[in-house]
Amino acid sequence: MGTSVLLNIEGLSIAFGGVVALSNVDLDVSSGALISIIGPNGAGKTTLFNCICGLYHADSGMIRFSGASLAGLKPDAIARRGIARTFQNIELFLRMTVLENLLLGRHLHFRAGFAAASLGAPHWRREEIRHREVAEQILDFLDLQAVRDRRVGDLSLGRQRMVELGRALATEPALLLLDEPSSGMTAEEKEDLVFRIRDIRDEMNATIILVEHDLKLVMGISDWIAVLDHGVKIAQGSPEQIQMHPDVIKAYLGEPTEGGADARTRGTAT
Amino acid sequence: MALLGQYLVGGLATGSLYALVALGIVLLYRSSRVLNFAHGDLATFATFVAFTLLTTFRLPFTMATAGSLAVAAVAGAAFYLLILRPTRDATLLGIIVITLGLALVVNGAVVQIWGTETKVFPFPLSDTKVYHLGGVVISQVSIGSFLAGLVLMGLLYLLVQRTRIGLAMRAVSQNLVAAQALGIPAKKIFALTWGLATALGACAGILLAPVTFLDPFMMVDPFLKGFAAAVLGGIDSMPGAVLGGLVLGVAESLFGGYVSVKFKTTMAFLIIIGVLIVRPEGMLGREYKRRV
Repeated sequence: MGTSVLLNIEGLSIAFGGVVALSNVDLDVSSGALISIIGPNGAGKTTLFNCICGLYHADSGMIRFSGASLAGLKPDAIARRGIARTFQNIELFLRMTVLENLLLGRHLHFRAGFAAASLGAPHWRREEIRHREVAEQILDFLDLQAVRDRRVGDLSLGRQRMVELGRALATEPALLLLDEPSSGMTAEEKEDLVFRIRDIRDEMNATIILVEHDLKLVMGISDWIAVLDHGVKIAQGSPEQIQMHPDVIKAYLGEPTEGGADARTRGTAT
Repeated sequence: MALLGQYLVGGLATGSLYALVALGIVLLYRSSRVLNFAHGDLATFATFVAFTLLTTFRLPFTMATAGSLAVAAVAGAAFYLLILRPTRDATLLGIIVITLGLALVVNGAVVQIWGTETKVFPFPLSDTKVYHLGGVVISQVSIGSFLAGLVLMGLLYLLVQRTRIGLAMRAVSQNLVAAQALGIPAKKIFALTWGLATALGACAGILLAPVTFLDPFMMVDPFLKGFAAAVLGGIDSMPGAVLGGLVLGVAESLFGGYVSVKFKTTMAFLIIIGVLIVRPEGMLGREYKRRV
């Protein structure tokens, strides 16, 4: 193994009132990988993200990040370890501007204290300038300069997804979890998204886990793919292997493709 | 004309104190959707602490105020951390009952420690020394408390709109899940908000004390007015709380002056009912629209 394991999940299980959402899931993601998790609606993909981020606490199993267990940590503590995410249903600060949303992504990198900030101390000013520079770079990178001072609530859904991605990037994460980033995007926007996700991995050195319904996008971009069905990991492998895998075809690809795949992107997974 | 000016000035002075009370209520409602019915009693408690520091310990006014605000902030944060956080999965109604319970506990403590008899609060500004401004008579204490109210509102605005902590407070109030996903420590921010709101209530109590005198029930009326002002302005809007407080104060003063002092509070509530019929979300509120 040339690269180290960044995220290590072992035997993860969680049930909600008797309904098993994840059952004995193992996953190892090495540093710098770009992988996808696919599966039908309700397969447990978002639940897995919520477990990694500390929104849910697993009934059993273990999640290690950079070798350290995340068990019992609050979502904000996990974020400070270097895990950022976007949400399937977009969780933005709708009454704030695009720039303010990005600056909130810088929050955990602020070092200067409140007193220094209120007095406008020099080291605070330097820090503030540096954070603004990072935010500016992200605005350029995601083509958001034109809307930087607009209220996020007034933007289109596609733009909002970009702001949410930008805010996650502003935290300079080691691991980035993207939950259906292409949902609600036009074909053109999706193409842009593919380039941007690759750039994020290559230029910002982030490890990326993608939950995505658009199989064309997933097959084109992923190093490898894991498939969940009813909370169980039924397959893992290269895009080619996954496309051929009989269990996957049965569980997921067996449904009518093309039109069917598009229809599914509008669905809401649980 | 001079009479109108007189009523307006008096109304603004009272209204700025209503606004301070309303701001504390709104601050908590915005961040945690909790209506804090103990706000008035916590303020009364803090005002009595200031009284003890002034009379028993003979501290100068500024130090006594600082001490009282510190006690209030710690009490507010402790209430959140020790009681509200463990019960955070309760329904909103359940949490309201908890704050009502706290109101009774704090009130009981005040009665137990300081007794029920009315005390005179040694305020550095005089109630009898008056100034004449173009035919309008205004007391030193009214000017002082009005200015103090304005300064506090200005400081709060700067804190919430211009600082990193304020940004974090707004983030937590707008979207808790997203704020936590960015590493913002929600627990600390909530505790800080509770401390800040309670200290703000203490300021209102100390500024009211020279007018109402000091007794365990001194904040009952100002709290209800502040609460009404918050609803009038829009329970999730801080500028709304200020506007609501000032409108309520002026309306009361005008009605009391021209029509009937006895029914001035009734009039104020009629105005609130009228506004809420036309704008259910309050003058500057946004909450109602978002739900549609």
